[in-house]
This record gives sequence, structure tokens and C-alpha cells, in this order.
Amino acid sequence: MINMTDVYKTYANGVTALNGIDINIEQGEFVYVVGPSGAGKSTFIRLIYREVKPTNGTIIINDTDLSTLKEKKVPFLRRDVGVIFQDFKLLPKLSVYENIAFALEVIEESPRNIRKRVMDVLELVGLKNKARFIPDELSGGEQQRVSIARAIVNQPKIVIADEPTGNLDPETSWGIMRVFEEINTRGTTIIMATHSKEIVNTVKKRVVAIEDGLIARDEHRGEYGYEA
Amino acid sequence: MTNIEVNTAMKLRTTKRHLREGLKNIFRNGWMTVAAVGAVTTTLLLVAAFLALMLNLNHMAGGLEEDVQIKALIDRTANEEQIQELGTTIEQIEGTESVAFSSSDEELNQLIEGMGEEGNTWQMFEQDNPLRHAYIVKATDPTDTEALASQINDLDNIQEVNYGQDVIHRLFQFNEYARTIGLVLIAGLVFTAIFLISNTIKLTIMARSREIGIMKLVGATNAFIRWPFFIEGMLHGVLGAIIPITVVLTGYYYLYNNLGDQITYSFVELLPFNPFAWQLSLIILLIGTFIGIWGSVMSVRKFLKV
Repeated sequence: MINMTDVYKTYANGVTALNGIDINIEQGEFVYVVGPSGAGKSTFIRLIYREVKPTNGTIIINDTDLSTLKEKKVPFLRRDVGVIFQDFKLLPKLSVYENIAFALEVIEESPRNIRKRVMDVLELVGLKNKARFIPDELSGGEQQRVSIARAIVNQPKIVIADEPTGNLDPETSWGIMRVFEEINTRGTTIIMATHSKEIVNTVKKRVVAIEDGLIARDEHRGEYGYEA
Repeated sequence: MTNIEVNTAMKLRTTKRHLREGLKNIFRNGWMTVAAVGAVTTTLLLVAAFLALMLNLNHMAGGLEEDVQIKALIDRTANEEQIQELGTTIEQIEGTESVAFSSSDEELNQLIEGMGEEGNTWQMFEQDNPLRHAYIVKATDPTDTEALASQINDLDNIQEVNYGQDVIHRLFQFNEYARTIGLVLIAGLVFTAIFLISNTIKLTIMARSREIGIMKLVGATNAFIRWPFFIEGMLHGVLGAIIPITVVLTGYYYLYNNLGDQITYSFVELLPFNPFAWQLSLIILLIGTFIGIWGSVMSVRKFLKV
């Protein structure tokens, strides 16, 4: 599913983010990525959807070797990898409905299917009555649920979330986690970078800790292990 | 349905989607649209005024040049056969467009007519015509007149060649300068227009670079992102051409009807409203569309490298 071998990443400004990562994640797993700020979590996440390229090493996602993936093919990789960001990254001028539909228009889905699937996914995240709103009219938690809806609407095999609850209050965070568990039980692989000790220690899953660009710990049903 | 049919159906659907999105963006981006369309309008107005001026000047100069002809006076001693032969020789010279024989009588009549009242005194020469037979020669390219005239002058039985030597030389030189300067100015203006407009459009797109980045993260191909911008840019160009075209059509209509009547000298004729004003409008529309598209496509290109 996701396989990294000996991955290094040094940015153009000389900062080394990853220092030899080896990891294998199977289909249907739920993985927390934890670690101190600046340890390489975000870089690790961004490698998966090819926003950054590794300096060295091989990354294989869904049988695709990213090192030989042509620039033109990158959009097709991203259609199989739904991404959720801390700052939501919604299109500000489009309504909730249009934002989610965009991910389906990109794959040239038929209008009838688009309608159906967008409404289904809005139901799943509990925003059916806000379809016509634009992002600015929603609360942070609602916006995050829209971005989750957009990430999962075309049923990707992998969903990646970079601190999805970072900007949300605890109550809303649990709502978001319920959505993640729901899509995970449907067989979607979920990789989530987080700083939330409470979530990691309560909803027990595989925990991968990254420190100084290396995997320091990799445990099933692990603990957060840092002071919050 | 076969695979191909499915594919074309998809393409059509997506094309419609791009058209719809491009149109919607015009409204979604309110003030940005106003800024871009305003820039197109201003520059197209300048281009239109300049083009109208240049093309009319060129037309006038061309009219003057068209009137240039060589009058080759034939030796009085030449007999009919020699005159005939001379005619065919001139015709065969490269760069000759037309050769017309004008007998001494015709020459005299023209002279009398051309002088009006005073011409009457010349009528007494009708019995004893002092003028010579002549060939009226036109060059295919008026600027070759001088060379052609000197070639004809070297032929046998030619007494003299007239083509308004001094004036012609200066006229052609002036026209050449005027045309070159006009061309350079128009090219410069269009270039400046493109630069200005693409800059304005770049600003409007820069504000949306974040959106472009998001689209890429969701898995949109570059073409998918580019098309609505292409449509939007084209609409900027078309919308920006509306006011300039209105100004061209009404302005030129009044100019032609009022000024055209006052100036009756044949050589300062304005180009007629129909078709000139329509042609100019079409050119303005095309330039507008082109710079609109060019401006947006070039600007989007920068942000697609995410």
C-alpha cells in the first residue's frame, strides 16, 4: 500500500527533515504520526501525496513508484489520496456543495453521480443542511468536515490528515474522529499527523513517532508518549 | 456505448463545465473583473484611435502613389510602326503594369480641359499641334517608378520622360518613413497593451494562486485548471472591446460624414465608413480576445508549477 525505503529529505535551504525513513503501511490501517514540532511529520505526510519529492530513497504508493512518476501523472496519484489540511484549504468563493463536487468534476464524473455522492458524503459528515453556504459562513469544525467530505468523496484508498484537529475545540475534534473511524471501517487507509495526546491515547491505533527525521517508535495500539 | 463514445461524452460534459466556470468566475471575482476589463478597454481605445489614424494616412498616401504615372514623350520623327514597336517594348519591361497610348490630339484636349477657362486660348493650336504622342506608363509598384522611367528614357525614339521627378522622390521617401514609424508605433502600442493587460490579469490571478494550489492538491490536471481561466481571459478581452468598438463605430460615423464632406480634395479621402469601421471593429475585437487569452494563460502558467 504505502512503502518507504531509506527515504531522505533535505530542503533547498539546507534543512534536513528526514534522515532515512523505512515504513510499510497496509490497506485499511489507521496510523497516527506523532512527534515534536519540526521533527519531520509534515514532510513525511507531504511525501505521500507528492507535494515534496524525496532527496533519496524509494516511495511506493498503490504500486506506483513516486520517484519515476511523471509530473503529468501526479494529479492521478492525488485522486487516490484524499488530503485533509489543518487550514482546510477550501476554495473560498465556492459553496460547500461546489467545493466537494470539484473533486468529482476533476475525474469527469457524471452530473447525476456527482449530485448523489456529494449529498451522501454531506450526510456522513452531518452538513446536509449547509450545502449552499460558502466556507466563510461556517465554523472551523464545519469547514474541517467539508474538507474531509471533499477528501473522501471520490472514495480514495488512502486519506491523509495533517493535524486535522489542530485548530478545533475538543468537542468538535471528537466529531471529526468519529468520521475518520467511520471511513476507516469502510476499508480506507488513514494516516493522521497529530499533537493531540488525548485522541491518540483514547482512540487506540498504530502510532508512528518521528524524531529528528527518524522513526523513533512504531507500535500497534500505542501511546502518544510525549507531554502534551 | 463503446469506449470512444463514453470518452467524447465526458469531454463534452467537461467542456460545458469549463465554459460555465469561466463565465461564473467573471461574476465571482467582481472587482478583479472590472480591473482587467478596464485595462483592456483603455488600451484598446488607444489602439483603435491609432489604427484609424494610421490606416487613413496610409490610404491617403497610397492614393497619391496610385496617381503617379510616367509620361514618355515620343520623338516626332518616329513612324507608326516604330511607335507600335516602342509600345510593346515598354510593355515587356519588368515592373510595368499598364501602357496606354495617348495621341498628340488627346494630349492637347487633356491640357485644354485641365486648364479650364484659360485652356480656351490653347484651342487655336488644334490645327497645328505642338505636342507629341506619348505613352502613359504605370509601374506595378509605384515606388519603382523612378527606375522604370529611366529604363524607358534609354529606349530609342523616346524624347523625354516626365513623372514629376522631384515631388515623387520626396513623396515616396516621406511615405516610407511615415509607414515605418506608424508600424513601429502600432507594434509598440500593442506590445505595451499586452504587457499592461497581462500584468493586470496576473494580479487578479495572483490573488487566486492559493485557489490554483488547492485545485492541484485535489487532483486537477493543469489543463483542467487552465481552461476556465482561458474562457475568463477571453471574456475579459471581449468585454473590454465593447466600449472601444462602440466609440469606433459612432465616432468614425460622425467623423466620416462631417469631415468627409468638407474635404473634397481627392487625395485626402477618408476610408469609407463601410467597410472600414467594421473591419476596424473586428480587428479590435480580435486584438482584445487575443490579449485577454494570452494574459491569463501566461499568468496561470506560473502558478501551475506547484
